[in-house]
Order: sequence, then C-alpha cells, then structure tokens
Amino acid sequence: MGLAALARRFAEAIGDEWVITDPVRLRTYECDGLTHHRATPGLVVLPDTAEQIAMVVRECAAAGVPYVARGSGTGLSGGALPRTDGVLIVTSRMRRILRIDPDDQRAVVEPGVINLELTRAARPYGYYFAPDPSSQQICSIGGNVAENSGGAHCLKYGFTAHHVLACEIVTPDGEITTISRGDGGYDLLGAFVGSEGTLGITTKITVRLTRLPETVQTLLAAFETIEAGGAAVSAIIGAGIVPAAIEMMDALSIEAAEAAVACGYPEGAGAVLIVELDGPAAEVEREFAEVRRLCRERGAFEIRTAADEAERELIWRGRKSAFAAVGRISPAYLVQDGVIPRTALPRVLARIDELSRDSGVRVANVFHAGDGNLHPLVLFDDAEPEAARRAEEVSGRILDLCIEHGGSITGEHGVGVDKARHMPRMFTEVDLDTMQMVRCAFDPAGLCNPGKVFPTPRLCGEVPGIRKEPHPLVREGKAELF
Amino acid sequence: MTGDALEALRRVCDEVREGRPEEGVLGVTPSIVAAPGTVEEASAVMRVAAERDLAVIPRGNETRLDWGMPPTRCDLLLDTARLDRVIEHAADDLVVKVEAGLSLDRLAETLAAHGQRLALDRPLPGSTVGGTLATAAGGPLRLLYGSSRDLLIGVTMIRADGQVAKAGGKVVKNVAGYDLGKLLTGSFGTLGLIVEAAFRLHPLPQARAYVTGAAEHAERAWQAVRGVLHSPLAPAAIEVDAASDGPVTVGVLVEGVPEGVAARAEAVAGVLGPDARIADAPPRWWGVYPEGSTLIEVTAPPSALPRLVAALAAAPGARLRGSAGLGGLFVGLDTTDPAEAAALLKALRSVGAATVRYAPQPVRDEIDLWGPVPALTLMRRVKDQFDPGHRLSPGRFVGGI
Ligand SMILES: Cc1cc2nc3c(=O)[nH]c(=O)nc-3n(C[C@H](O)[C@H](O)[C@H](O)COP(=O)(O)OP(=O)(O)OC[C@H]3O[C@@H](n4cnc5c(N)ncnc54)[C@H](O)[C@@H]3O)c2cc1C
Repeated sequence: MGLAALARRFAEAIGDEWVITDPVRLRTYECDGLTHHRATPGLVVLPDTAEQIAMVVRECAAAGVPYVARGSGTGLSGGALPRTDGVLIVTSRMRRILRIDPDDQRAVVEPGVINLELTRAARPYGYYFAPDPSSQQICSIGGNVAENSGGAHCLKYGFTAHHVLACEIVTPDGEITTISRGDGGYDLLGAFVGSEGTLGITTKITVRLTRLPETVQTLLAAFETIEAGGAAVSAIIGAGIVPAAIEMMDALSIEAAEAAVACGYPEGAGAVLIVELDGPAAEVEREFAEVRRLCRERGAFEIRTAADEAERELIWRGRKSAFAAVGRISPAYLVQDGVIPRTALPRVLARIDELSRDSGVRVANVFHAGDGNLHPLVLFDDAEPEAARRAEEVSGRILDLCIEHGGSITGEHGVGVDKARHMPRMFTEVDLDTMQMVRCAFDPAGLCNPGKVFPTPRLCGEVPGIRKEPHPLVREGKAELF
Repeated sequence: MTGDALEALRRVCDEVREGRPEEGVLGVTPSIVAAPGTVEEASAVMRVAAERDLAVIPRGNETRLDWGMPPTRCDLLLDTARLDRVIEHAADDLVVKVEAGLSLDRLAETLAAHGQRLALDRPLPGSTVGGTLATAAGGPLRLLYGSSRDLLIGVTMIRADGQVAKAGGKVVKNVAGYDLGKLLTGSFGTLGLIVEAAFRLHPLPQARAYVTGAAEHAERAWQAVRGVLHSPLAPAAIEVDAASDGPVTVGVLVEGVPEGVAARAEAVAGVLGPDARIADAPPRWWGVYPEGSTLIEVTAPPSALPRLVAALAAAPGARLRGSAGLGGLFVGLDTTDPAEAAALLKALRSVGAATVRYAPQPVRDEIDLWGPVPALTLMRRVKDQFDPGHRLSPGRFVGGI
C-alpha cells in the first residue's frame, strides 16, 4: 500500500478532516524547533484515541512505511522531523487530562496535554507537575516523555523520567500495552522515557504530582565576572545546599535580555546568578541566608531578593526570555545544549571565551549552572556567507569541550537528527550497538522514527514474531519456547 | 567439559576454582566460581563463558541471591567481590563512580567522610552495589530521593558475548542515548553483568527526626499518611508497619537543618495523633524487611493502604511494612503451605502488583512469583536481544526469562 492508499484508509477510519494530504497544509509540519532541518511529511494524521494510533501503526507496519510521532513540535534536536516517504502522527487532539488524584499524588493524561495545563489543573489541590521546560506553555507531556525533558527546577526535583509512573504505549507492532514501574518485570519504562519516539508512541501517561512547597525564595546576585559567579555556584553546592534552581547568564545574554524585556538587571554585571530555594520555611530561611553569604563572599556586588511573586517573576523574566531575546542582538543564532561536571564550569567557560575570541564568533552563555547544563547561544549573521558554517564549527567545538571534561553532548534537548553524528564521540561502537539491541527488541523493522539518535542503524537479525521454524536453541533444548 | 572450561577461565582470570555445594543458587550448584579482579578480566571471563556456552550467574555478597526462581542451570558463578573499588568520588560534583562488588556500607563510610551519602537504604547489611541494582532494592528514602534507578547516572556492563558496554555517564543531567542503566536495574542478572555504576549523591542532612504513632486501624493509618503526604512538611520517608490483626504503626522521617527538623517533627506528630513520639533514632522495624520465610514486594497507590492491610487477613500472621507514602511495600509471611501463600497473593494482587522475592521451595514450586506482567512479550524480546543463548541467570526471572 502506498501513501495515497494509506491516506484513504486512515480517512475512512478516523475521518477526512483528520488526515492531511494537501501540500500547503503539510508544510506546517515540516520541522520542529530546530528549524534548519526540514522535510515535508508524506502524510499527516491527527488521531484521537490510542486505538486509532494502533491502527495507523499497524497499517504502516504492514505497508513498510516509516512513521514519526509529534507532540507540539517544540523539540530542539529534530526528533519530530518528518519523513517525506512516511506518516506523521500528531497528538494535538489528545489533550484530555483523564484524572487528577491528589490523594495518590498522581495524574493520568493523554500525550498531547500541554505541560503547563497539567500544573494549572493540579494547583488547586496543592500540587504541580515538576518538570518545567522553558517551553512548558506549549510543549506536550508526550514530548516531555520522549525527550526526558528537564527544566530550571530539575536540579532538585529531577527530570521527566523521575515523575512518570506508567505509560500506555502503542508498540511498533501496533499493539497497545502498558509499561510501568514496579510491575516486577524489566524497567521498560526507564528505557522508553528519553528514547525520543523511537520505541513506540505513548498514548496515556501516569505521572507523579509534586506538593507545592511551603515557601519559595528567589534571589538575583550580580558578579563582575563569570568566574566569580561560577565559584559562587560551587560554594553553594559544596555547602550541602540543594537549591530548586541555580541559573546563570553572562554579559552578552544579559544585554540581550535587557534589550528584549527590560529586565533591569544590575548595571555592569559580567554575570548574574538566579538562585531559588523552596521547601519548608525554616530550612529555606536558613539556607537562603547561607546562599546570600556565599554569594557575597565570592564577590557579588549586588544581591536582590524577591519580596513577592511579582518581584520573583521580574527576576525570572530576563532568564526566561533569554533564548528569544538573543534575536535582538543577532540576526541568527544556534542553541547548543551540553553538560559538564559543574566543577569544570570556570575552566570550560574560559575556553569558550577563548574560542569565541579566536574565531570572532560571539557566544552568549545561559545555563542551568547547578547541574552543569550549558546552553551557549552561538550568534551569527545569516546574510553573511560562511557565517553559519563558522557558527556551526564553534558550536561543535563547545561539544568537544563538554566531552573532554567528562560531560555529555546533550542535557535535555536530545540527540534527534542534530547530534546523531556526535554520538560516536561519547560512546563506543559497542555502547551504541547495545543501546540498539533495545531498539531491535521494540522495533525490529526500524519504522518507528528512523534515522534519529543513532548514526547508523543496527541490523536486527531475525524479526521476532515472524519466525517460521523453531529457533535453533529451542530445537537443541537450550531455550524455552514461548 | 568442566575441566576444560576451568582451564580456559584460568588463562584469563586470577581466581577460578570449582564450585562447592554450599554455594548453590537456590540448590543449583555451580560447576565453577570465578572472581575477576578488573573489568577486563570480567570481560574475558564472560567471553570464555560465551565460547563454551556456560550459563553464568553473577554473585555479589549473596544477600539477595535467593530472590527469584532457581536457575535452570548454573555453570559459572561470577563473583564480584574483587571488583570493589571506588573509581572516582567527585565530591564537589556530588557524583561517585564505583565498581559493582563494593558494598553499600563501605561506600557509605567513604562518602560520610565528605558529609555526603548515596540516598539509598540498605535493608540487608553487606549488599553490594551490583546486587542492589540488579534487584532494584530500596527502602524508606525512595519517597523523597527516588529509587536506585533514579540515583544511577551511568553504568558499565559486560554483555553476554563478553563485550564491555556503557550508557549514561558521570554527570547528573544527560539524555544522550538510551538509558540502559534503568533497564539493567531490576533485571536480576538476566541481561548482562553490571561492573561499574555512577551515582548522584546528596549531602548528609544535619539533623533527622523519626516520628512514630500507632493508629487503631488501617483507615486511621491512611488518614495519617495522607495528612503528612499532603502537607508541605517534605518528609523524607513515610513508612507503616502492620500485622494482620493488630494496630498499624506509622513512622515518618524528616531531615534538614536542626531548627527546621524540630518544628517539622512537631507538626508531623500533630498529624499522627496525641500518642506520637519523636526520636533521633529509627524504630526497630525501620527499613527492615518484615520477618518470615516468604517476602512479597507490593506496589499499589498510597490510598490502597487499607485494602492492603485487609488483604493480610488471607494469611493470619502476615506482616506489611514499607513506604506507605510511595506505595511500595513488603509483606512477610512464615509458612510452608503453598495454599496459604497463594491465598495471600491472590488477595494482594486484587489490590496491586505483588512479586514474591523469596519463599520456601515447596511454596515457590506452586505459586506464580510474578503474577500478570503486561508487557511480557516485549520483555522476552529484550532478553532475546541481550542474551540470545539464554545463558545469563537462565530461568531466574519473570516468565521463565
Ligand atoms: C523556547 C524553547 C525552550 C525550551 N526549553 C526546554 C527546557 O528548558 N528543557 C527541555 O528539556 N527542553 C526544552 N525545550 C525543548 C522541547 O520543548 C522539549 O523537548 C519538549 O519536551 C518537546 O515537546 P513537544 O511536545 O514539542 O515534542 P515534539 O517536538 O513534537 O517531539 C519531540 C520528540 O518526541 C517524540 N514524541 C512526541 N510525542 C510522542 C508520543 N506521544 N510518543 C512517543 N514519542 C513522542 C517525537 O517523535 C520527537 O522525537 C525547549 C524548546 C523551545 C522551543
């Protein structure tokens, strides 16, 4: 069956209006948040139920047609980049919050539910959904699961993986099954979360909700240099304090934020640090005093404390707008996402600075300093020939630095298509082969979001389930037959 | 054939000898025991095992070797005792990387010297890092800090074919590649040999308080648990201890700075009731598996607590203990009667998932240790990929895996 026949089949089952074949409308889906990778999908379907997704997957499997799941399309590594010869399965109609259960501190949601909507729905009960990517106003929880997304507050509360208890999934065979924590079998859920849509499509997610803290305290500390800011971060963590968030911005990103949202950060700051503590009042008060002391000791020349929610928002505004704000000071930019051990911060930042000066490419640094997750924004002018290539090069060199210092090529944006080629720099061939054994178990035919995460697909050998003769091991009595 | 294999193993590993009957894994005596001293040696041993089609069972400190089903065969017991180094403790990064044979107790000592800890309970003294991961074991602290799988940030394994593979790394935040560490956690040695693990650490709290109170029945206990869970008191653990007929004891751990802990402990005591007591030390039963020759691990939502306690009636003498706040508990029972164990399991499984960890052999023979596990087909396929010859801890795991 070709794509046209599939489209007819899906239209019959799901309804005409939910199957897109019109080239103009297809273009809407040609990329995710990583806009320089584009491909017009062969066909888009917008199913409304798990059964419909299972049907779509079964038809694709039978026809040998690849398919890609898409939530809100905010991914920054091209994970939802469609296939021109395939089907894009969009979850945006599946936005029901099925249950909120404050007694058990959990919620059950459909995959298209927007991250912030869940927090909004849980707040009246005194709860929230802890993973808070900056894109939380638009990204879907299905996408969060696929990317194991984090946010500013994951330093204390962990990533999506720590908050998902179970997923109903449609397997690449088109079966609906449930993978969960604590069912006594393999932790398939642990492998699924963060697998970037390559092991199946999740259709229902049970998450843990987190109790709203008694108190939240936020401060902004300004330092003359980024090194001083980095030293303050080390001192805070070294003192045994686990803040809810520690974020840092350098002079260039402060300049951009100022231009965009007039956040009014202290003049002349080479770096600002945002530190947020939350929890029981007495602990927060005591540790907050300690944080202020440590910042001052490490050379903070101004410390502002948010007295209320409005002031807290003001402090966060500059940080939250940083990515977009960079557009004010540069026609184009690349967002990098790498991780280093937090103690390597000063050294790595100095090297990035060197790189920038040597190449003449400006780099604005915004990062989750508490867990060493860097988001360098590499600025360039796309009208200038070769500028994009030079920026790419600097961006790649920054990843080298991360690897050299024992870190990772991605802390939260995922590998997708963007970084698949970098995987062999972090992992050996055997490492990658072993990871792909999981993929072979779930998707031996390699139709589920192919071409993502791994630079080269692994041959899966015999496809389980369509074995015609007894396995040699069974014949020899060395293995059980199931 | 044993003689041959013994020779081949001796060529690649310093410590290889014949197995002894008392080293049997649930009665299955290993032909050979090998104790590699390095990852390279472990890899070479696994390669020889692959070439000679030896069934391999990893052994840590034997605190949980009696969990699960007896292996269908055991040619080689791979002892991790010599793999016991702390590879790197990056104290300022709150990260530690260790070898799998290191005991959690020794690791705790090393870390405590720096005011740090791996926030993982040690229900059985002496257990190794590898064994704890392989059995996904944990205790009260899971409520606040997560389970072993959540604290694990990197893993090195030896595959069935002897190749060394790793996943994750040594930074807390990392989404590059599949998280094989989670897959290996709780895999009971059936997918590969865990040789190294990196963990995220936490600072040791300056102060702790344990608040305990008795509730006259399960419904009251759940009200107390719910009260604490729903409060902003940020408890590190909420445990219960209940017999089938007696009262239910609720225990809560608060951790933090001294002033804060005192005030929060008072507040918790207020929720638990007028008889609640505050102490610096844990109650006797804290973090200890309930007594009995049979141990069942139960997972159910926290609000199922009264129904779990009611289920104990199916086997008088059964005891329920564990994290009521999380919904991860244990049931202990002393019986050699398969029918009694089966009745208890049936009652528990009408409430949540229940996995038998150990039981006397006559009981084990008669009951289904796991009960229904939804994605078993996928699990079998994972096994087929990782261990196509079904040589790693064969028959020990769910569905005969
Ligand atoms: C301005 C901005 C800020 C951001 N900030 C952060 C941040 O702070 N932290 C962070 O971690 N990320 C951040 N991101 C990245 C992105 O928002 C997250 O990765 C998010 O989780 C993606 O969700 P989505 O619904 O947009 O997924 P999509 O982009 O649609 O898809 C992402 C991946 O998930 C797969 N997928 C989607 N739905 C399913 C499903 N139901 N089942 C299986 N696979 C599925 C897709 O195939 C794809 O591989 C940011 C992005 C932007 C644009």
